[in-house]
Amino acid sequence: MKIVVLVKHVPDAAADRTFHEADHTTDRVGVDGILSELDEYAVEEALKLAGSESGEVIALTMGPEGSADAIKRALQMGADSGVHVVDDALHGSDALATSHVLAEAIGKIGEVDLVLTGMASTDGGMSVVPAMLAERLGFAHIGFVGEMSVDGGTVRARRDSDVTETVEAATPAIVSVTDQINEPRYPSFKGIMAAKKKPVESWSLADLGVAAEQVGLDAAWSQVQSVTKRPERTQGEVVTDDGDGGIKLAEFLASRKFI
Amino acid sequence: MTFELSADHEEFRKVVREFAEAEIAPHAARWDREHHFPVDVVRAMGGLGLFGLTAPEAYGGAGGDLTSLCVAIEEIGRVDQSLGITLEAAVGLGINPILTYGTDEQKQRWLPDLVAGRALAAFGLTEPGSGSDAGATKTRATLDGDEWVIDGSKQFITNSGTEITSCVTITARTGTDARGKPEISTIIVPSGTPGFTVEPAYDKLGWHASDTHPLSFSGARVPADHLLGTRGQGFAQFLATLDEGRIAIAALAVGCIQAMLEASVSYANERTAFGVPIGNKQGVAFQIADLQVMVESARLLTYKAAAMRDAGKPRDAVKQAAARAKLHATENAVTATRIATQVHGGYGFMEEYPVARFYRDAKILEIGEGTSEVQRMLIARGLGLSVE
Repeated sequence: MKIVVLVKHVPDAAADRTFHEADHTTDRVGVDGILSELDEYAVEEALKLAGSESGEVIALTMGPEGSADAIKRALQMGADSGVHVVDDALHGSDALATSHVLAEAIGKIGEVDLVLTGMASTDGGMSVVPAMLAERLGFAHIGFVGEMSVDGGTVRARRDSDVTETVEAATPAIVSVTDQINEPRYPSFKGIMAAKKKPVESWSLADLGVAAEQVGLDAAWSQVQSVTKRPERTQGEVVTDDGDGGIKLAEFLASRKFI
Repeated sequence: MTFELSADHEEFRKVVREFAEAEIAPHAARWDREHHFPVDVVRAMGGLGLFGLTAPEAYGGAGGDLTSLCVAIEEIGRVDQSLGITLEAAVGLGINPILTYGTDEQKQRWLPDLVAGRALAAFGLTEPGSGSDAGATKTRATLDGDEWVIDGSKQFITNSGTEITSCVTITARTGTDARGKPEISTIIVPSGTPGFTVEPAYDKLGWHASDTHPLSFSGARVPADHLLGTRGQGFAQFLATLDEGRIAIAALAVGCIQAMLEASVSYANERTAFGVPIGNKQGVAFQIADLQVMVESARLLTYKAAAMRDAGKPRDAVKQAAARAKLHATENAVTATRIATQVHGGYGFMEEYPVARFYRDAKILEIGEGTSEVQRMLIARGLGLSVE
């Protein structure tokens, strides 16, 4: 079984996140980046599935130079190899362009049984790339999966959405997973050492036969007009209890629509 | 020449720190309060490969160096000294003697589980009447047919009574040598051996989440082939494994000082007095500056000793470097906890802040695996002084 895991390198949510002033795109260079946490669940699930069926796990990412760190983390966890699509023209690509490039990359990898990814990236958070990708590749798509298994050419998965439903699909399929599906492993010392010897290919748009005009900021269907930093946290409000503390607290919560 | 760890070691440090902060730090205070040994976290540490860092790949280890083990112990110890010592003892006292002196059969039987963190082994040297003076060992093992019969007691034995402890390696008198001195040998005693009792855990000043028990042996029988290494070489064998242990304890002390430095800087910035952060006051700031020097000097001595061991330097040189690192790092750890508690003022005396726990945990560092006095004796002897 050949599994491609889509991994995204995102700015660490615990650190300061910024946008480029000129084009309002996410600053991916001057910040601490990590493998998007939700993608870690996808890597873990891929490793579990591959482990039980002696499969192969390939980590695929698209992004600037530093994004190779997302692949590195996947390799440290146990993935077999990586593919990094990197090209200056990709800067500012929207979800449509991203799905186009990833579809071409998966096509080039070839004969894939399963594509796994997190239910959303922790930066953009649109959750649309998996479905777009399925459409482009003609794969089945199951989103928001909290439990899954593969038996022969059939994927069986529990979708946790507004309702919980268990569905089946024929492979090849694209599955996006939630944080309920497993507990991602930490890379072991052995894994860190082994990762250094694992192959990572670097592909440009030309390698994928994608024209530069089809991707990037200029080709994006939506444009960010402005970004505003979330206001600094203000000093909290102290309620002094003069016998009516409970009422005051309830009024405060009600005024903020918490209750 | 460089004083930095390799990029691989730093990368590994990042992962261990991530693990320690997510899986250990949030619970450390509760485990301490409840004297709880978190066996699931120990297993997870096994999954991370921490117990097998220095073990060969044949037994599931990573075939790594002592430096990487020190990095792991430092990072675990930075959030929880109890789990730091659990790791240190599991490798240095549990795995290493079997790895170094075990027969193929003994290694095959015990190491895979120990290396994976599925099991823990302990080392029983200390007795009510003997510690570093191992020649005064009273526990006896007598060969009866093809079995050793063991009688005696051990004390302060780390990792000896956990639900995953698989065996305890003990030193025992197995006779008298040609010069009339006691012959000391080491024997592996599987947990659950009839006549081998793990007594109730100690009530300790610190290291509350670490598992420490007295052990008693009353006619406990184990097969003759449970002898570890050469009969009569038990003491020499033990001494040979001490150097690594001392370097590892120094790493645990470095983690303690680092934690005290970070806690103090953070508190000095956030706590105000007389209208300014207390860190603006020289009396506080200068003490924190001292913490920075302590952690740097302790770290340098520790990793120098580890690097010497990894480079295969002569044993005497490693022994001296280990003694210097252990002495300096552990004494500074005790001082660092005192300073950090002082910086925290009254809050430093409250269990609400981790510094109070570290204050209790630090003292044993100056005692375990050779007291400060023993280290000074070794260093003085290294200088040619025939100190008693």
